[in-house]
Amino acid sequence: MDFATLIQILDSTLRLATPLLLACLAGLFSERAGIFDIGLEGKMLMAAMASGAVAALTGSVWLGLGAGIAASLLLAALHGVASITFRGNQLISGVALNFLASGITVLVAQRLFGQGGRTPPLDGAARFQHLTLPFADAVRDVPILGPIYADLLSGHTILTYIALLAVPATAWVLYRTRFGLRLRAVGENPAAVDTAGISVVYLRYAAVAITGILCGLAGAYMATALQAGFGREMTAGRGYIALAALIFAKWRPWGALWATLLFGFFQALALRPDVAEGVAGVRIPVSLLDALPYILTVLVLAGFVGKAIPPRAGGEPYVKER
Amino acid sequence: MDKLPGWADVVLVPLISLLCAAVLSALVILAIGQDPVEALNVMVTGALGSPYGWGYTLYYATSFIFTGLAVTIAFHASLFNIGGEGQAQLGGLGVALVCLALPWPHWTVALLAASLGAALFGAAWAAIPAYLQARRGSHIVITTIMFNYIASALIVYMLVDVLRPAGQMDPATARFPPGTNLPTLDQIPGFSLIFTRTVPANVTFLVALAACVLVWALLWRTRLGYEIRAFGRSEPAARYAGINPFRIIMVTMLLSGALAGLMSINNVMGESERLVQNSTEGAGFIGIAVALMGRNHPIGVLLAALLFGFLYQGGAELGLWTSIPIELRIVVQGLVILFTGALDQMVRMLLGRLFRLRSPKAA
Repeated sequence: MDFATLIQILDSTLRLATPLLLACLAGLFSERAGIFDIGLEGKMLMAAMASGAVAALTGSVWLGLGAGIAASLLLAALHGVASITFRGNQLISGVALNFLASGITVLVAQRLFGQGGRTPPLDGAARFQHLTLPFADAVRDVPILGPIYADLLSGHTILTYIALLAVPATAWVLYRTRFGLRLRAVGENPAAVDTAGISVVYLRYAAVAITGILCGLAGAYMATALQAGFGREMTAGRGYIALAALIFAKWRPWGALWATLLFGFFQALALRPDVAEGVAGVRIPVSLLDALPYILTVLVLAGFVGKAIPPRAGGEPYVKER
Repeated sequence: MDKLPGWADVVLVPLISLLCAAVLSALVILAIGQDPVEALNVMVTGALGSPYGWGYTLYYATSFIFTGLAVTIAFHASLFNIGGEGQAQLGGLGVALVCLALPWPHWTVALLAASLGAALFGAAWAAIPAYLQARRGSHIVITTIMFNYIASALIVYMLVDVLRPAGQMDPATARFPPGTNLPTLDQIPGFSLIFTRTVPANVTFLVALAACVLVWALLWRTRLGYEIRAFGRSEPAARYAGINPFRIIMVTMLLSGALAGLMSINNVMGESERLVQNSTEGAGFIGIAVALMGRNHPIGVLLAALLFGFLYQGGAELGLWTSIPIELRIVVQGLVILFTGALDQMVRMLLGRLFRLRSPKAA
């Protein structure tokens, strides 16, 4: 594999890792606050459909993005009501919302556009354009660093850069702000937070809302940046890969970056089986590359690659003492 | 909160949840500019209006009984087996391997062997998540989700690279030999009086009914069933009573995986007569809805499976005769799971209020 191919694969790694990273950080906020969320997939799908549809109707990708975030927030609110207010089973609520999203998206897209559950192809201002970072063209000819800057780092949509910036932002919020401290506390020991006079319900709803916003970004990226329009089931299990990455990252923001880059790399390799074959020397079935993120996650869960300890109060509804 | 009377908890809570899901579904149909009454008409006529429709409804219900029982038995040990889909796919692989291994002389022998293969493969796929839960404390929900994806990748690999006959384009196994073909209901004496046209529902339906009885007997009439339920109610109490948690988790999940795997004698052996990609078509997930709706009791599971069979066949008819997309059934499925599984407290609170209104003295 030559240098140009490597850059190419790393470039598509970054492209494919973006939705995973956004969804993974989304899950991080929710789970750190003690709310399990296996509904990342559904929220992304809903956001993808809403953003694709609104972008197609209005011609503005920014309105599309807003609609995507709103749609994702709606599902997040439902999850919040079910799991915080009514203290229902968070896992079951997540599963339910995934199915709901899977069906509703096709119904709405079919009703609006009548194209078999797809939105019309987007172009121009209805799609996020690739940004060229400053001086990208000037430094392209510098050996090694030039292509890394000009071809790998430059030329992505703004959402990719937002996703990358969201990592330090998340780390800062989580570890350097009062809100972050309380958020982590509510995921470990909600009773202690309650004793300190801080509302557990408020904190958990806030976390679930942040999850909704980030999933909205991830979904909008799918429909308006990675691809040009919404297609049925277009998230294709990315919500679950993000969940896997979250465990792989042991619920830490920087870990989330590395984990999603790794899983994005597998996805990029699965698109180029010829390269994978050239490097390994033997033919690697594409299905093995597809399954690798899941296999790795199981290994992590099994404790063979470090131990993953989830937030202690995760999944348990908080019942205030009377 | 007031405690509801027992009968209300068993009967009213699922019925009201179902009603909520139905009302919301009707609103969804209205929102996409269609007529819910006409939709219900089409569904009832298509799924229940003729023996032919029933043949499809029962065929779907058969699969859902197996996956519903699989989720049920795990729920009783308070394990959430979300991996029925993967276990059923692996069960399909087991069925295919058995059916293609020998020139089976008669379907009865083949059915027995294929059931064993399906159950073994399904159980094996549940074994690793079960072991990780029991010994290493990895959350079974996450591991079974991961195993669903690993299963579908494995099946794709097996079908594309291993089991596909030379010269065939589509990724599927060869057709099973005629000796393995299960009789459909129209070929069984007695049933053939009702079903005059070929229907996909087959003898597996009777196996599914037997499975309901067996699961009931296991859970409520054996020592193991008692241990499973005790473990599910309270792990520390069960531990104190000398029940071995490792053994209960393993046995429960193996049984659950085996039941999910058994589903594939219905669709793989009974219907398509070869293994294709995504043979389960989401039936493993519907098991979750069926178990929740059926209140984790085999009789409830049977009724809920029939309901979902109706929903699936009716939904397909909607896709054929109206402009309502077939995906409506996934919406209904999601709503049923939401109301019966996650918002059940809300339904109980509402009912509790109603009961208090009726008898002001108790309040």
